[in-house]
Amino acid sequence: MKIHEYQAKAILAEFGVPVPRGRVASTPSEAAAIARELGGTVMVKAQIHAGGRGKGGGIKLAKSPEAAQQAASQILGMRLKTHQTGPEGQPVKRVLVEEGMDIRQELYLGIVIDRKMGLPVIMASSAGGMEIEEVARTRPDAIVKVHVDPATGIQGFHTRKLGYGLGLKGNPLKAASEFVTKLYRAFEAKDCSLAEINPLVITGDGRLLALDAKMNFDDNALSRHPEIQALRDLDEESPLEVEASKFNLNYIKLDGTVGCMVNGAGLAMATMDIIKLAGGEPANFLDVGGGASAEQIENAFRILISDRNVRAVLINIFGGILRCDRLAEGVIKAVRALKVRLPIVIRMEGTNVALGKQMLTESGLNFLTADGMKDAAEKAVRAARSV
Amino acid sequence: MSILVDKSTRVVVQGVTGKEGTFHALACREYGTQVVAGVTPGKGGIVHEGIPVFDTVAAAIAKEGANTSLIFVPPAFAADAILEAADAGIRVIVCITEGIPTLDMVRAARALQGRDTRLIGPNCPGIISPGKAKVGIMPGHIHRPGTVGVVSRSGTLTYEAVGQLTARGIGQSTCVGIGGDPIIGTTFVDALRLFQADSETEAVLMIGEIGGTAEEDAAAFVRTHLTKPVVGFICGQTAPPGRRMGHAGAIISGGTGTAAEKMAAMQKAGITVVKSPAEMGEAVARLVQRAPGKARVTRRKALATPAKGKTPRSARRRSGASTLSKRTRRR
Repeated sequence: MKIHEYQAKAILAEFGVPVPRGRVASTPSEAAAIARELGGTVMVKAQIHAGGRGKGGGIKLAKSPEAAQQAASQILGMRLKTHQTGPEGQPVKRVLVEEGMDIRQELYLGIVIDRKMGLPVIMASSAGGMEIEEVARTRPDAIVKVHVDPATGIQGFHTRKLGYGLGLKGNPLKAASEFVTKLYRAFEAKDCSLAEINPLVITGDGRLLALDAKMNFDDNALSRHPEIQALRDLDEESPLEVEASKFNLNYIKLDGTVGCMVNGAGLAMATMDIIKLAGGEPANFLDVGGGASAEQIENAFRILISDRNVRAVLINIFGGILRCDRLAEGVIKAVRALKVRLPIVIRMEGTNVALGKQMLTESGLNFLTADGMKDAAEKAVRAARSV
Repeated sequence: MSILVDKSTRVVVQGVTGKEGTFHALACREYGTQVVAGVTPGKGGIVHEGIPVFDTVAAAIAKEGANTSLIFVPPAFAADAILEAADAGIRVIVCITEGIPTLDMVRAARALQGRDTRLIGPNCPGIISPGKAKVGIMPGHIHRPGTVGVVSRSGTLTYEAVGQLTARGIGQSTCVGIGGDPIIGTTFVDALRLFQADSETEAVLMIGEIGGTAEEDAAAFVRTHLTKPVVGFICGQTAPPGRRMGHAGAIISGGTGTAAEKMAAMQKAGITVVKSPAEMGEAVARLVQRAPGKARVTRRKALATPAKGKTPRSARRRSGASTLSKRTRRR
């Protein structure tokens, strides 16, 4: 799960990580009031989940409360387009108004899980402001990494390795050590999948501050963090995906015309792949779960047909112990109840396959049955083209 | 032989009295697996569907000689269940549970390091050595005994692959679902090492997916350590970057973990990579039948068996895949 910058900074502040003074505003006059309170130069920053906000015109500097009001009125309500939002952009509903900084140096600091090592890894680089992937490609030696063993937690040597690795000395070195320790504690305590400070700035007077902050959370751990769940912003997610998640359906919308409904994530990805190989484009990823119950099938159809691009539906269920007659019954019921008119290609494996196919064929509905994934994909792609 | 589970496997099911635990404990037993005990704290002493239930894994080992554990405990308690099994001395732990917090698994995996315990999963379908033992949730009847090892991050996609093999008369030595999470106990490399050492396994089918670099690591390992032929497939070739595709570990992040990279690495290592999931079985069939298969074809003709895939098993055993093990490197 993702959250906004202002929410991440509030969490970091709880853990003692130094962040600039500031508050969130949802109207230009609120932004002006905050700027007045802070005094001096402020930054007005669009709050959307996507990165690359500055380049898209979502971050402005304001030297007075009036200028802050004007900047906020330009940013609020705009559809901010960045390399992460897609061409339609993301509407901005809030801005973060923060004190301006006298920046001496910009650094990068991030924590993720290193899957290969099975441990959290802290990465730092002197190339602040740049995306870490970009630094990894162009200047891999500029990145310092330390892995943290969960048995010991973060230790002094970890932070020294990072600090000296960045070439820090004196006060900034000490401040960095504390900064890293506190950030790691927040990462661990809140079950983050990513905690990234980019840039981490050293000010003219030698302080370290999180100028930007990004925190992502492990979805599997959300049940033990109701306070994090409360920060979810549904406006940042695709409405169909939000709807699907209510039914425990794993749905991701794509741009193609062949809707697919599959049991299991791996098979669902493979089904998308074979649709493409058959010359079509998948409209979505959809995993209905291992069992593919009648109720889930109906919920899945409801989501699929709300995507107007869908021209045909491919159902691929490898059940094994699943009874295909029951599956067919569920599909027929759902199609009747929702009055689905689209052509539907069904490929299923399990017990009573023949009976299941017979039921579909005799239902009088727009079903095509298929043998194997290739046959199913080819039939679905053809059906999507002919509509 | 086979790897990880066989006739000597004695299973304790942790979470045996739950709905999933009960259903699959019985399905494993029906397949012929020795399901000797169950564990549900607080329910020790009862007999559940003919399975004696204990409060602890240690008691299940002491009383019933369990050596393998199958875990159906809810996500919040699953890491604890894994650690309990390891502490009690279980050698093979199969964790089916999906949705375990990543940091719980980081701690559990770290605690297992250096121990003589193998964890399979979590978030996996388990292990089956066809005809010997099924320790997992896969449908047993789609498998048949044979010489192809299967290792995969997926569940139903593995069933699809196995279905394709069995339909062509190709049996499996062992099928291992290693799981779709970012932190797992057994990697492709671990499974490949076991298959290489297994005298019965003559070829391996490996099914990967987007996210992480486990397939690249596996490719490097195949290049240097495997003499047996490997067929590979990677799902998620059409997956968009930055989106988690169902499995917690299936995500392309920062431009790495793409299917294209993995397929290239595997091809470079001499693995026969198929683009289409419909071709997995066919590709294995071609490998298993090609060089050594000459013998198989001749043998078949000699036996005058009519239809493809109808060769009696005994004939296939004698001729078919057996010569593969004599092969050295394919490259």
